[in-house]
Amino acid sequence: MNTRLLAVIGLMLSMPTWAQEVKVDIKEFMFSPKDLNVAVGTKVTWVNDDQIPHTVSETHKAFRSGALDTNDSFSWVFNTPGEFEYFCVLHPQMIGKIVVQ
Amino acid sequence: MDIHAKRQRRTDGPLNPDRRTLLKCSAWAGAGVIWALSGGIPRAFAMDEAGNVTDPKALASTFHFVQISDSHIGFNKEANPEPLKTLQVAIDKVIALPKRPSLILHTGDITHLSKPEEFDTAAQLLKGLPSTVHYVPGEHDTLDEGGGKLYLERYGKGTKGNGWYSFDDHGVHFIALVNVFNFQAGHEATLGADQLAWLADDLRAVTSSTPIVVFTHIPLWTIYQPWGWGTEDGDQAIAMLRKYGSVTVLNGHIHQVIQKVEGNITFHTARGTAYPQPAPGTAPAPGPMTVAADQLRNYLGITDVRATQGDHPLALIDSTLV
Repeated sequence: MNTRLLAVIGLMLSMPTWAQEVKVDIKEFMFSPKDLNVAVGTKVTWVNDDQIPHTVSETHKAFRSGALDTNDSFSWVFNTPGEFEYFCVLHPQMIGKIVVQ
Repeated sequence: MDIHAKRQRRTDGPLNPDRRTLLKCSAWAGAGVIWALSGGIPRAFAMDEAGNVTDPKALASTFHFVQISDSHIGFNKEANPEPLKTLQVAIDKVIALPKRPSLILHTGDITHLSKPEEFDTAAQLLKGLPSTVHYVPGEHDTLDEGGGKLYLERYGKGTKGNGWYSFDDHGVHFIALVNVFNFQAGHEATLGADQLAWLADDLRAVTSSTPIVVFTHIPLWTIYQPWGWGTEDGDQAIAMLRKYGSVTVLNGHIHQVIQKVEGNITFHTARGTAYPQPAPGTAPAPGPMTVAADQLRNYLGITDVRATQGDHPLALIDSTLV
């Protein structure tokens, strides 16, 4: 493997997630990954795997899902850079963060 | 036993064979231990094989009421595909009581997702209860787009704020508190300043010898912070209640019986009628606990509360749906 390829791989690993669509799992009362770095324009989709409904609610109400029952999902496209902290309004101990770069 | 210690006792633990043996001996609902409060000190009364309490003083009550909780109508997952059926069993248990309860408290999570049809179905069934039902909302009753509007339209008439109120019955002052609105990230439930101010005002007219029953959905004291099982400003409400001779705080939310006594205040959580949840910290998350189908009704139940006027001890009798 040449050094240039290694350098590219190394760069990719160190950069924020470039994919335009990213999934966050809601499982066992946790957002996974809890903290996520994405590029501007990324669409993030939360999917609830629990038997209990959860919500995805930004602390300053920038976005707010309804109640997500099992297998329900909620998506949000992040068009502006910044830090977005969110939680589940039913289980406020569940918190997560999206950093948009 | 040091009853002033801040310890909690899980009284329905499947790992406690003594209690399980005791449950088998009880009468009308297949389970029950009686907690009679005397001067703030709880005493457990054993039941004989016929299900009668060995000390008749424990049952010399002038009136009693029933608490049901966490019906979760609309839930249909593995832990209980038929919560309608188990709610009906609970209602039948109440109807079958030897003496009709003076009133019934429902401590929230009537529905699972706050859908209009879930409220309708629940109301249809709960109509079968033999006494007036007094409600408080659970967080599952506030999931409609209006954030609790459907609940308040149905059950909020004549209440203050987001549905809190008080009333008197048989010399007992009942206080319904609401702690399922305005959740903040990383924090436990809250009552809020408005409700605490109302509570202080409400208590002004209540003499310290009046027995008080407070009922709210999420436990008023912190049972287990990592799971959010507590009310952040609940201690402010509790502080206002300390001067009263007999205070009983009834909660739901955690789908299991846990009791604590502090001075003259007894804290008690009821089983739900839908599905069990794990004991605090015994599972990675507080989600529904799936047990063998033929065991489910051992984990569901109702609470019967008896009061004797005069020396006002309240006896709490938890019973499962078996």
